[in-house]
Amino acid sequence: MAEFLIKNGFVFDPVLGIKGDVADVAIKDGKIVETSALRSPKVIDATGKTVMAGGVDIHAHVAGPKVNIGRNFRPEDKLFNCTAGHGIERMQGGFSVPTTIRTGYNYAHMGYTTVMEAAMPPLYARHTHEEMRDTPILDQGAYPVFGNNWFVLEYLKNHEIENTAAYIAWLLRATKGYAVKVVNPGGTEAWGWGLNCENVHDPVPYFDITPAQIIKGLIEANEYLGLPHSMHMHANNLGTPGNYTTTLDSFKLSEGIKPNSKFGRAQVMHHTHVQFHSYGGEGFNFESKAPEIMDYVNTHDNITIDLGCVTLDETTTMTADGPFEHHLTELNHLKWANADVELETGSGVVPFVYSANNKANAIQWCIGLELGLLAKDPMRVFLTTDHPNAGPFIRYPRIMKWLMSQEARDQQFDAFKHKDKVIEATNLAGMDRELSLYEIAQMTRAGPAKALGLSHMYGGLAPGLDGDVAVYDFNPNEPYAPDDIEKAFLNAKHLFKSGVQVISDHEIASNGNKRTLWVNARANENPQVMRDIKEKFLRYYTVTLNNYEVTGHYLRNPHVIEVDATQ
Amino acid sequence: METVTLTIKSQPGLFLEADSITPDAFAGKKAEEIVDLPVYVGREQFRLGDFFEVSGRAGATPAETKIVVNGDLSRVKYIGMKMTAGEIVANSNADMYVGAWMQGGKITVNGNVDAFAGTGMKGGEIAIKGNAGNYLGAAYRGDWRGMAGGKISVGGNAGSDLGTFMNGGEIVVGGDVDVHVATHAEGGKIVIKGNAKSRLGGQMVEGEIYVFGNIDTMMPGFAYRQDVDVDVDGIKGRFALYEGDLGERHRKRKGQAIYARLYQRINA
Ligand SMILES: [Zn+2]
Repeated sequence: MAEFLIKNGFVFDPVLGIKGDVADVAIKDGKIVETSALRSPKVIDATGKTVMAGGVDIHAHVAGPKVNIGRNFRPEDKLFNCTAGHGIERMQGGFSVPTTIRTGYNYAHMGYTTVMEAAMPPLYARHTHEEMRDTPILDQGAYPVFGNNWFVLEYLKNHEIENTAAYIAWLLRATKGYAVKVVNPGGTEAWGWGLNCENVHDPVPYFDITPAQIIKGLIEANEYLGLPHSMHMHANNLGTPGNYTTTLDSFKLSEGIKPNSKFGRAQVMHHTHVQFHSYGGEGFNFESKAPEIMDYVNTHDNITIDLGCVTLDETTTMTADGPFEHHLTELNHLKWANADVELETGSGVVPFVYSANNKANAIQWCIGLELGLLAKDPMRVFLTTDHPNAGPFIRYPRIMKWLMSQEARDQQFDAFKHKDKVIEATNLAGMDRELSLYEIAQMTRAGPAKALGLSHMYGGLAPGLDGDVAVYDFNPNEPYAPDDIEKAFLNAKHLFKSGVQVISDHEIASNGNKRTLWVNARANENPQVMRDIKEKFLRYYTVTLNNYEVTGHYLRNPHVIEVDATQ
Repeated sequence: METVTLTIKSQPGLFLEADSITPDAFAGKKAEEIVDLPVYVGREQFRLGDFFEVSGRAGATPAETKIVVNGDLSRVKYIGMKMTAGEIVANSNADMYVGAWMQGGKITVNGNVDAFAGTGMKGGEIAIKGNAGNYLGAAYRGDWRGMAGGKISVGGNAGSDLGTFMNGGEIVVGGDVDVHVATHAEGGKIVIKGNAKSRLGGQMVEGEIYVFGNIDTMMPGFAYRQDVDVDVDGIKGRFALYEGDLGERHRKRKGQAIYARLYQRINA
């Protein structure tokens, strides 16, 4: 395999603690190595440029049935927005719900090399894997959803942690999943009755269990197994004014639980897209509670979060939170798709236009950035847009610009129609913090890699890590305008993935050799759980067990993370 | 105003996608530059001059540019797409998407047009002397932003799905229309001087439909209110007023719900 020496760049690497010093990065046989290990490398001149590890996205909706519903029912998302294939680059299209090909290429152009699909309905795991397989360059994994699953609801009603863990281990293997995802715990199941769970003590109809029991039980089962990632949560009551108390109540369920993982993570709960969960006030008097939320996060080491920044774009919302999507379509009267996934979950999809002229949308924009700027430890607070819910992932460089430049934020404030009211309801206008590139590297590389339990592969430039390296046309030591940040990070000059140069001089140079990550957790034999699985498939599922498991050609290049949870 | 004349000299094997036939693309160019503008057949790119003889010259701006297109255009799509000003006269039938997303200026078609003319139109005027196909003044597939402004007039008949998701502007059809009129509309005005079939105003929230002739089947979501005297498109008459779609949401003004209005002429 080729050797590369990336010379004289300004390196930002939280793993090695390098804060913009000029240094060389060496790649050999797919891995980062000491420069002395190279024999006859191809030299990449990075003089005057920024060098970082490949980006790691901990939460995005990029593959699977609801993403594809979005693509199918939004042909207008591709209108005037398709490019023909040329050279090795394949045909691509779409903005908020891009094709799999564009998804891979656009992430690569931003210097990202690992992207986690945040919600996989187990029954449609095969579809999700087919799309990931067709997404070039990126290493990917998918989180099956557990928070409204009948097995989980029945086991956790009686606090049966061992059975829950055995079921999780079985389902991760069956779906080739990566982590335990929870979406509106109990609420999506309640939606089957036209109801919802609006706080952690609101019981789920029929199952007679509360969201609090589901959340706590899944954290405990996750730690029982010692999985690489923690339980990954989207709490109840998303998007509702006054919901920050539900968020804090959900956070508190992790108190007293310590991580049990050999993979280096420190958290037992990752809470996603916290922007949507940090609202105070009521109805139209909705306001930011980002300081209250960040006070909690900053003082509790066993929690990580991602931002879910609103980018003020036209986008496509999609979530397993079925009742929330119904709420949205009632709000904007645009088209709505709704799905029920048998015993497992549900989902909804609605297009949404976030507008700078809309006071609520402007407040949401402020809240996402406030969370990032209030972060005391950027290793625990990650940059996301809950793609495509709060905005398309292609806006990450714009969010970097806003986080790094008060001038850029002021420009956006000036463009708001209801500037004064927005300032009154938020805290952002008074914040002068400007994140450094080192902090951005923590929020987009080292932090998410560590939280995923993948710091032995991704997130840094230490020898032994995967050869995932991005070079950007950005000189941090020369004067720049805020827009230069966005421009540079939208269009990496070079990108290496597992030691292969996938972008050369801003052009796609290789479709890479993408891998699918999944977790094989081996737990004790559990005949009861196996009996329950067989029975539920016979009685309720529309498919047999034989047509359920993800195997063979669905996974072209799997990378298995083995976990021994037998005891 | 300067005039550019295009005369088709060879027909495309498939269909010609010619969204460069606009005053905006031509403005400031001489004939020998206009022939180099791109057109597509399938995935292959060609020059406008591969299919058209070009003579005359364009004005300095779109507003000062008139384009006359001669010959059989029934395989030419996207004439006048996104134009903002100026004028186009097509002396033939034309294919799909005439004046789609048009913002200003005027297009006259001395013949028929196929589907999707005036898709997502925001302003300007399209005058079709013959018949129009389906989805006249409608939204692009999947989109909720249909015709928002401007005027479309059709001398003959129009097809189905007229004014789907229409939000503003005006469409006048001299003859008959097929099924689905103003579906999902939230504004705008549609005048049908001939007969209509069925499904007028399904899921219509606001806007107006006038029908001078017969309606085969009225939607159950429209309720008769009263007879009124109306002056529409220069014709005065007595019309039966229906309001709907009662199954849809409707905003209120001073406590009163605002409905879409369907007027049908009462034969004296
Ligand atoms: Zn999400």
